[in-house]
Amino acid sequence: MKFDTIIIGGGLSGLVCGLELQAHGKNCAIITAGQNAMHFSSGTFNLLSFHEDGSDISDPIEAIASLGPEHPYTKIGKEKVGAYADGIQDKFQSWGIRLHGNPRKNGYLITHLGNIRPAWMAFEDTALMKEKNQKLAEKALVINFDGYLDFNTSFIANTLEKQGTQTRIASIRLEELERLRKSPTEMRSVNIARVMEDENVWRKLIQEIENILKEEDLVILPAVFGFKDTRVLQTIQKEIPARTIFIGTMPPSVPGIRTQMILKNQFAQAGGTIISGDTVREVKIEKGMIRSLKTENLDNFELEADHYVLATGTFFSKGLAATPHEIIEPLMHLDTDYLEGRENWYDRDFFKSHAYLSFGVKTDNQFHPSQNGQTIPNLYAIGSILSGFNPIDSGCGAGVAIFTALSVADQINNN
Amino acid sequence: MSAIVQNEEFDVIIIGGGATGAGTARDCALRGLKVLLVERHDIAEGATGRNHGLLHSGARYAVTDQESATECIEENMILKKIAKHCVEETNGFFITLPEDDLSYQKQFVESCTKAGIQADIIDPKEAIRLEPSVNPDIIGAVRVPDGSVDPFRLTSSNIVDAKLHGAKILIYTEVLGFLKEQDRIAGIKVLDHQSGQTAEYRGKVVVNACGIWGHHMAELAGVKVGMFPAKGALLIFAHRVNGIVLNRCRKPANADILVPGDTICIIGTTSTRIPYEECDHMRVTPEEVDLLLSEGTKLAPSLASTRILRAYAGVRPLVSADNDPSGRNISRGIVCLDHEKRDGLKGFITITGGKLMTYRLMAEKCTDLVCQKLNIDKKCVTASTPLPGSEIKDMESETKKYWDNPTLTQKAAVGRLGSRASDIDLMDEVNSSLVCECEEVSVGEIQSAIDHLDVHNLIDLRRRTRLGMGTCQGGLCACRAAGLIAHAHQCAEKAKNDLNDFMRERWKGMYPIAWGETLREIEYTRWIYADGPETIIENKES
Repeated sequence: MKFDTIIIGGGLSGLVCGLELQAHGKNCAIITAGQNAMHFSSGTFNLLSFHEDGSDISDPIEAIASLGPEHPYTKIGKEKVGAYADGIQDKFQSWGIRLHGNPRKNGYLITHLGNIRPAWMAFEDTALMKEKNQKLAEKALVINFDGYLDFNTSFIANTLEKQGTQTRIASIRLEELERLRKSPTEMRSVNIARVMEDENVWRKLIQEIENILKEEDLVILPAVFGFKDTRVLQTIQKEIPARTIFIGTMPPSVPGIRTQMILKNQFAQAGGTIISGDTVREVKIEKGMIRSLKTENLDNFELEADHYVLATGTFFSKGLAATPHEIIEPLMHLDTDYLEGRENWYDRDFFKSHAYLSFGVKTDNQFHPSQNGQTIPNLYAIGSILSGFNPIDSGCGAGVAIFTALSVADQINNN
Repeated sequence: MSAIVQNEEFDVIIIGGGATGAGTARDCALRGLKVLLVERHDIAEGATGRNHGLLHSGARYAVTDQESATECIEENMILKKIAKHCVEETNGFFITLPEDDLSYQKQFVESCTKAGIQADIIDPKEAIRLEPSVNPDIIGAVRVPDGSVDPFRLTSSNIVDAKLHGAKILIYTEVLGFLKEQDRIAGIKVLDHQSGQTAEYRGKVVVNACGIWGHHMAELAGVKVGMFPAKGALLIFAHRVNGIVLNRCRKPANADILVPGDTICIIGTTSTRIPYEECDHMRVTPEEVDLLLSEGTKLAPSLASTRILRAYAGVRPLVSADNDPSGRNISRGIVCLDHEKRDGLKGFITITGGKLMTYRLMAEKCTDLVCQKLNIDKKCVTASTPLPGSEIKDMESETKKYWDNPTLTQKAAVGRLGSRASDIDLMDEVNSSLVCECEEVSVGEIQSAIDHLDVHNLIDLRRRTRLGMGTCQGGLCACRAAGLIAHAHQCAEKAKNDLNDFMRERWKGMYPIAWGETLREIEYTRWIYADGPETIIENKES
């Protein structure tokens, strides 16, 4: 089987790259094992949230100038990242995802832990505040489902109270959700979201909310609606007689899974090939170039392409692996950037900066990785597998995923 | 702030909430004494909760220390009767590897027999059949009645029974000094870390049961006990690789015991003398991890490819003989010091040395001395009185008593709580939903711990219920439980700080072994708690 480009990894970066290539008439395949970091999404994309000293960034594009030469944004160039950022809403809109936010300014998100942190673009169901300590309402009602443990109402209420919003917590019991309780592990976001696909159920919920709503001018619900289709979000928001926003839950993230599914379907509709539930087993490299791939399931096929894109993520997604003494890229043993000595990989405090988060595959400025010091010209690496940035300290994981994907797609399209 | 002076006088005040302190509180309470126990942190926080959880048969000490061996086998038989819900009878093998001297086996078996420990030589092939994880190169194997014991559950049950018999238990209460009257200790001055209040309590006898920290406590009282802290590092693996305890059949050395417990197994231990000041800040070094791994894989080769959950270390409270300040002549046996006889200080006893295995015997010896001082003639009954939760025949029939078709959650609760599981309403569907999926800890069990077991924070909750002790190390369940605690205590701010402390505490045991699957897990957890750098400080300030 022959493609123009084969992308290994079906997370945000791989999908964006594939969609951008398909949009330019290329014939691409994405090989994906299944779960990816989108399943833990906060419901927002961040571009660059924090300065080196930990303070919040308000103008993310401007702040790119202060990044070091190894950061993927520096490799792409500030101007180009800015241009990508400006066009992001149109691009995602064309793929069926509505994003809101200001491409040049960070807003603020209330997280599942009830903390407030900068965020750049938000999905439809995620509220984005303009100011950090914006008072959202005079009185708010935080609603949860009875027995659902992954939506921390008291943390969220605590944050609202601090902003001067009088907050009440209420729990709703719906007969249709009670069934989930039969198994002690079923009361989780995705299962609730599946039940909430049924119009009768969410209409009943709206009724219940109307019954308990007193004089609150804001209703907060866990982001467990619109698993497949976001239209239900708008209907709920319209019909509840107070402003209604959704706040993220503990993983899995319904907004994240939905967004990933929409992008994946979009890629297939655009003619892309998705090889799902499969992993690459073997990469044939000849004369410093990748010749073909073999996967676990398609045993008899050699998959060939002009270009290959590695978007396999970090440790969690197994794009990187750590042994007691080194950090490796397990598929091709590409050259990696990391510090010698395991004691240098972490801070002893969980909440401090950890060096391992910035380890990854070494590339040149065009995102070509190397093997034993030899650059592989028909291979690119994109997204979180790259070295040179700390997605948690800087708050730039989604931006790096999207912009390195677009940058590499541009290079391939212009080739 | 002026100290609150309590007018009631206790017969005995016990300082220290480890197994020894808890056991002593129970024994004293069962003999009708009016008991107060104070603990500066939580119960089972020191060496009690930082060891193998090995229910020694005594075989390990048979060759080198007959007295300890005899004590162990006697206590082993007792715990199997009085603490059924804390004990698993796994048996143990002492294996001989090609590099070991097989002739040691004969001496070993003879010494075991002499100490009253049943020791059967079995064919290596049979040993491999019974325990498939064992190194297939073994040239000898001896079966002994080793087992495993859950030290948290054991301590908690002693505390519960002490309370049932009228004891007052104050955790997070630190002794700042003693009330002295001439040559007598008459009580303690404490700081309540929860309220910030200081208080004074009067007692006829005060027992120092602080383990290694007894060194400092003795100093506060004005006497000297020569303690030599010996750090022991251990690794917990994410799978129960072995079903039978594996030991090396040679003189005791580093990393030569592998103990299965619940869903995991534990290899240990190292032994390093450390300065006293380090006791509160122990860290496991990369060298210790490497040693534990390389020695552990000699017992069970598959450990090399098994995920490690945590590394941790405890401090053995070794006491040097009074005439030997150098500490060369160290005893691992029980040390019960009557400071009246030894130092002319009345009303003060130190109970230390010993092992988790012999906590009950230590408590008995100490309580005997307390009673002698109080002129009370009551016999010890702890060797035959089951602990709360242990009044059961077997887990299977116990579970059936409450539920016709017990769910996994209900079985897990009975496994942890024994007959006390019936106190929890697990028929209710909200209560039976799982907070911690790795360890099958339900909402009901957590509510019950919050309501009845002095749970002040998430780390306490972990020690009471095993929440967050499984493969994900609290990634998701800690946050869920924090929500329940926030609700129960009506304080989100504190629950949030608790959650941060919990994650920090978990990380302490993870970073020494954070590669492979552990790094994957921790990266995921870091994302979940990734609300920007230093969010914590921001929370605490606001």
